[in-house]
Amino acid sequence: MLIDPERLERLTNIAESSLLPLVKGALLYTIPLSVVTFVIGLAIALLTALARLSSMKLLQWAARAYVSAIRGTPLLVQLFIIFYGLPTIGITIDPLPAAIIGFSLNVGAYASEIIRAAILSIPKGQWEAAYSLGMDDVQTLRRIILPQAARVSVPPLSNTFISLVKDTSLASLILVAEMFRKAQEIAATNYEFLLLYTEAALIYWVICFFLSIVQGSMEKRLSRYVVR
Amino acid sequence: MLVVEGLRKTFENHEVLKGVHLTVRKGEVVVIIGPSGSGKTTLLRCLNVLEIPDEGTLTIDDEQLQFTTKPSKKEMIRFRRLTGMVFQAYNLFPHMTALENVMEGPITVKRLKKHEAKEKAEQLLMKVGLKDQMHMYPFQLSGGQQQRVGIARALAMEPKVLLFDEPTSALDPELVGEVLKVMKDLANEGMTMVVVTHEMRFAREVADEVIFFDEGMMIERGHPEQLFTNPTHERTRQFLQRIQ
Ligand SMILES: Nc1ncnc2c1ncn2[C@@H]1O[C@H](COP(=O)(O)OP(=O)(O)OP(=O)(O)O)[C@@H](O)[C@H]1O
Ligand SMILES: [Mg+2]
Repeated sequence: MLIDPERLERLTNIAESSLLPLVKGALLYTIPLSVVTFVIGLAIALLTALARLSSMKLLQWAARAYVSAIRGTPLLVQLFIIFYGLPTIGITIDPLPAAIIGFSLNVGAYASEIIRAAILSIPKGQWEAAYSLGMDDVQTLRRIILPQAARVSVPPLSNTFISLVKDTSLASLILVAEMFRKAQEIAATNYEFLLLYTEAALIYWVICFFLSIVQGSMEKRLSRYVVR
Repeated sequence: MLVVEGLRKTFENHEVLKGVHLTVRKGEVVVIIGPSGSGKTTLLRCLNVLEIPDEGTLTIDDEQLQFTTKPSKKEMIRFRRLTGMVFQAYNLFPHMTALENVMEGPITVKRLKKHEAKEKAEQLLMKVGLKDQMHMYPFQLSGGQQQRVGIARALAMEPKVLLFDEPTSALDPELVGEVLKVMKDLANEGMTMVVVTHEMRFAREVADEVIFFDEGMMIERGHPEQLFTNPTHERTRQFLQRIQ
């Protein structure tokens, strides 16, 4: 199955000319969308984890219901409900905000379980030592528990972030002009599906590769106080 | 002065403190001895309000906390600051250096300026003999050094009474001395201390009073020499025989 020179040249040209739009899609949408939703998602996750750990039954119950609903339904369906479903009851949201809402809620639910487990993994003696100095619950969390929980959560939260970067490709289905949608659009004009989708895959891979390097250095920095 | 009146605590049908009365005068060192499970730790934890007694009253100087109706969180936090706790397992904050451990309370709770807290923490660490270890993390310190950081951390909050729960029982024998020495110095400086320990020599040398505690009650109290050589109660006698 030799590729004739003419076809090879055509493929090379397409690969070259499509690289810029794809990278632009990644820089303008995929990466910012991932970062913004991850930050919002972490805030939601922290509040949800604290609600689950609080002694108020109503808060506990609300947090449980939220996590259960998000984890029990497909992300794509959630995005469709927000973007295509809500307009039928008069709530119309643009593609990008809809994606931000959908992904943030999704990350919030998954990350809340990670943060909750990390908080629970900190020994009781740490709470008591802090209380003993006269700290209240908020001070104890902020100064003593969360910094230690952060170290425990970095590896699983990094996984969440990497999954999120890849999941943003689903935003193409609610019309966000992110990288994968660009790939689809270009492929629709020249029918080189294998080439364009592979190109997109490689760009995702490069992004995730850098993320895992960042993860490694964060883990190292956060564990400077642990026996090696 | 610390006054404990009618302190009771029950865990799921198990009455661990059965109405404890205790007075510790300013500058006194009281050592509590007693068998395992007799409620010594629970008593100290109640004094530090880490455990909420079911009944009783705690008084330190002119501050009082009553447990007949459950006090608010705020009241408990306020009262807790009158006592400092040194834990058996040290419970240092592993993500902070020795210096940061000692600065933490003054900065977060007392809202001291950073340089003031630092100056004070350095003095305290020097006092417990850790001048050269200030910038080390707990995992880099020996058990004895960690416990001395624990003492400095509690001292930094300037408590009126310092509570010690078997401060040396997690230590290798050769490290016990350095911690006891620090405690002895504190006692000589006039610190009011309540110490649960099995170190009889420390009790003999430092304590103003020894209390024998059993089954959630104070059985007998007295001057160390008297209590160790000539206890009034049979149970005290038996306990002393067993541990010697
Ligand atoms: N949080 C708790 N829940 C239930 N039971 C408890 C709790 N804390 C302590 N107890 C029980 O209370 C009793 C007294 O415990 P405590 O730790 O005060 O004894 P102790 O005199 O300090 O013993 P040791 O010398 O072994 O340290 C024990 O029977 C223990 O099992
Ligand atoms: Mg004990």
